Amino acid sequence: MNTTLQKTNPETAARPERKEYVLPEVNIFENRDGYVLEAEMPGVNKEGLEVLLEGHELTIVGHRRHAPLEGEVIFRESHAADFRRVFELDPAIDTGRISASMTQGVLTLTLPKSERVKPRKITVTE
Amino acid sequence: MKLVRLQNSTVPAWPAFGRLTDLRDEIDRLFDSTFGDFARLPSVFSGWTPAVDLIETKDNVVVRAELPGMKREDIEVTLHEGALNIAGERKSDRKVEEGGLHRSERFFGRFQRTISLPAPVAADKVKADYKDGILTVTLPKTEEAKPKQIDVSVS
Repeated sequence: MNTTLQKTNPETAARPERKEYVLPEVNIFENRDGYVLEAEMPGVNKEGLEVLLEGHELTIVGHRRHAPLEGEVIFRESHAADFRRVFELDPAIDTGRISASMTQGVLTLTLPKSERVKPRKITVTE
Repeated sequence: MKLVRLQNSTVPAWPAFGRLTDLRDEIDRLFDSTFGDFARLPSVFSGWTPAVDLIETKDNVVVRAELPGMKREDIEVTLHEGALNIAGERKSDRKVEEGGLHRSERFFGRFQRTISLPAPVAADKVKADYKDGILTVTLPKTEEAKPKQIDVSVS
């Protein structure tokens, strides 16, 4: 399955410290030009986002903007922990051209395939 | 879903803000309420129950809901008989090629949450703000519902 993006085991992935994280929900699409990864990280803005690349291992970290919770909390379902998830990238991805955008708590990563692996249409000449 | 204590409220019978719903929305709501909590069981139905926080301060009741990736116009906030209703539809405009979907964990479609408010609120002063995928609804308490400090002179 080296042609798809795969999540690595969080236990074996390098961790700077033992800290609790929430796994963001993701959608991953592939088309001819590359992959698109969408990750849900409510409460995270551009400033709180980290996208780290080590070889073909991609780590996304989202630090939540801490809005002060004053008063009596009657119930709380949201998590306080930051988001983190690690992906093993398809080697066909041109890691130098990865781009990211953050809109209303959703990270969109565009991961283009390098030119040499893209399917190429060859015109047959007489 | 967590339950909070119900309280009679001084909120008018119909919300002073919000919007009139069309027939389609009304049918969706009926469908939602028919299934109730049953529809929220993820193992039975694939649905979405956005995480909600309920906070009470001296002057306000604050409801925060995690709604990443929405458009403002697709979020419906209504107040009815002491309960706040947050509903909406998350849409995806992404076209997916056949066999092109590697992972699909995000939910798209309609959702709804109803939160019983712990204190009567002034319906005409409710404010809603949507930022970084979090909806924050601030509902000022009515004057009667605010804690009062009464000075008692001791002779």
